[in-house]
Amino acid sequence: MKKLSIEQLLGIDKFAVDDEEAHIVLNKEICATCPDKPCTFACPACLYTLKEDGEIGFDYAGCLECGTCRVICPKDGAITWQYPRGGFGINFRYG
Amino acid sequence: MEEEKFGAIIVGAGPAGSTAAYLLAKEGLEVLLIEKGAAPGGKNMFGGRMYSHALNQIIPDFWDQAPVQRAVSKETVTFLAGDQAVSLNCQDLSWVSPPYHSFTLLRAEFDAWLAAKAEEAGAMLACGIRVDDLLIKGGKVAGIIAGEDEMLADVVIAADGVNSIIAQKAGLRKKAPEPHQVGTGAKQVIKLSAEAVSQRFGLSGNNGAAQLFVGDCTKGMQGGGFLYTNKDSISLGLIVGAGQLQKNKYRISDLLEEFKESPHIAPLIDGGEVVEYSAHLVPEAGLSMMPQLYSDGILVTGDAAGFVLNLGYVVRGMDFAIASGAAAAKAVIAARAFNDFSKQKLSIYQQFLKESFVLRDLEAYRGAPHFLEIQRMFKAYPQFAAGLVSKMFTVDGSPPEHLMGKALSHIKKSGIGWAQLAGDGWKGARNL
Repeated sequence: MKKLSIEQLLGIDKFAVDDEEAHIVLNKEICATCPDKPCTFACPACLYTLKEDGEIGFDYAGCLECGTCRVICPKDGAITWQYPRGGFGINFRYG
Repeated sequence: MEEEKFGAIIVGAGPAGSTAAYLLAKEGLEVLLIEKGAAPGGKNMFGGRMYSHALNQIIPDFWDQAPVQRAVSKETVTFLAGDQAVSLNCQDLSWVSPPYHSFTLLRAEFDAWLAAKAEEAGAMLACGIRVDDLLIKGGKVAGIIAGEDEMLADVVIAADGVNSIIAQKAGLRKKAPEPHQVGTGAKQVIKLSAEAVSQRFGLSGNNGAAQLFVGDCTKGMQGGGFLYTNKDSISLGLIVGAGQLQKNKYRISDLLEEFKESPHIAPLIDGGEVVEYSAHLVPEAGLSMMPQLYSDGILVTGDAAGFVLNLGYVVRGMDFAIASGAAAAKAVIAARAFNDFSKQKLSIYQQFLKESFVLRDLEAYRGAPHFLEIQRMFKAYPQFAAGLVSKMFTVDGSPPEHLMGKALSHIKKSGIGWAQLAGDGWKGARNL
């Protein structure tokens, strides 16, 4: 079986992206003070990326809503996390 | 006019929530079951298997009507180390006749079915609604807030999963779980024909297989792999301690792709098509991460209460969720007799959980989470087991060595100390 990239994997899933409201919001000033940035490895959807200038890039579309980032974030206040508004977000067809 | 007030509002239409809703509605309560997903199950995933005993108590012979995938007849635990894989395999055909021991499931269809049972019993199911907060009156939970709407209830049952925002809002859990208390699970559902699934796993009829993997698949990190056969698909995934990935600079999505490519897995899924990629947190710390389970006007059930038990060879979540939902319903009914939903009256929930298997089992295996944090379990021991058994089967002209000698020299070579081995063996036998 051919290896699939995370983009391909997320492309298989069904999302109802909420264009008006992000359910996860980062405080990038706090993120800038975080030396390890565990989110860049721990997110199973790889939505946290390290940009060349060292800043965190993040896209809430594609979020599988597992909560890993919320748990592993070492900086209080860096991640404001809630589920997407009702009906939005990931929609597992198998689960 | 008096404001409308529900007998119970249940947040989350997963197995815990729907079970509670079903039982309370059957008792004639006005029940509101709120689900944030567009449909029940839409936000839920698990490894792939439910032990039947809990649901069978509530809906006898549920398998006659529920969308189950395969009844599991075969259990396997596999140690992976490089070229070597050593498995412990057990088939018991008594597991696949009533009362079926366990079933593989897909949660989208299964959770929708269970929520529909609650609806049939008279509960009101409201999907696509995110509960934002709790309504507090006089220091007691009095209902929920969702967007602009406020809804009143005698009691709220938090069945909103491992990230339970509701338990936190109620002050029953101080903050999010710690990284070492949860595992990140990632899974792919891989479509194959039903015949291919049966043939590849040596299953007759609609029997199923469940397999757990330890070792290389997590690069020695705390966690493991899992595989469950559905009717015409395979649920394949990994669970890794949430704090471990960053430390070791691995991404779980890459590890899963690598696992699929490994010679131990690739032939099993060859020609299959990935139809879903999902992820979820798994509460893994047992009692040590359990929130306060009840307070004035509120109860916490299922994953929200951390009710999962992982023994390494048995992983249980849904049976705990269902039984805790049932215990919560029982507690609400008991409190209702006094029309008193105070913390004191609802404390009977804890007693019901002890009388059912939920707290009994979690207490009995209280040491398991700690034991499974020993790093050797995930690298040194799988290597040791695979190496030793492989040696047992190898004939290559080298001088004979009896099993005892093989084992002793192998232990020496493995670098595991005698004291460690004895200590781990002792602890394992007592805690698992």
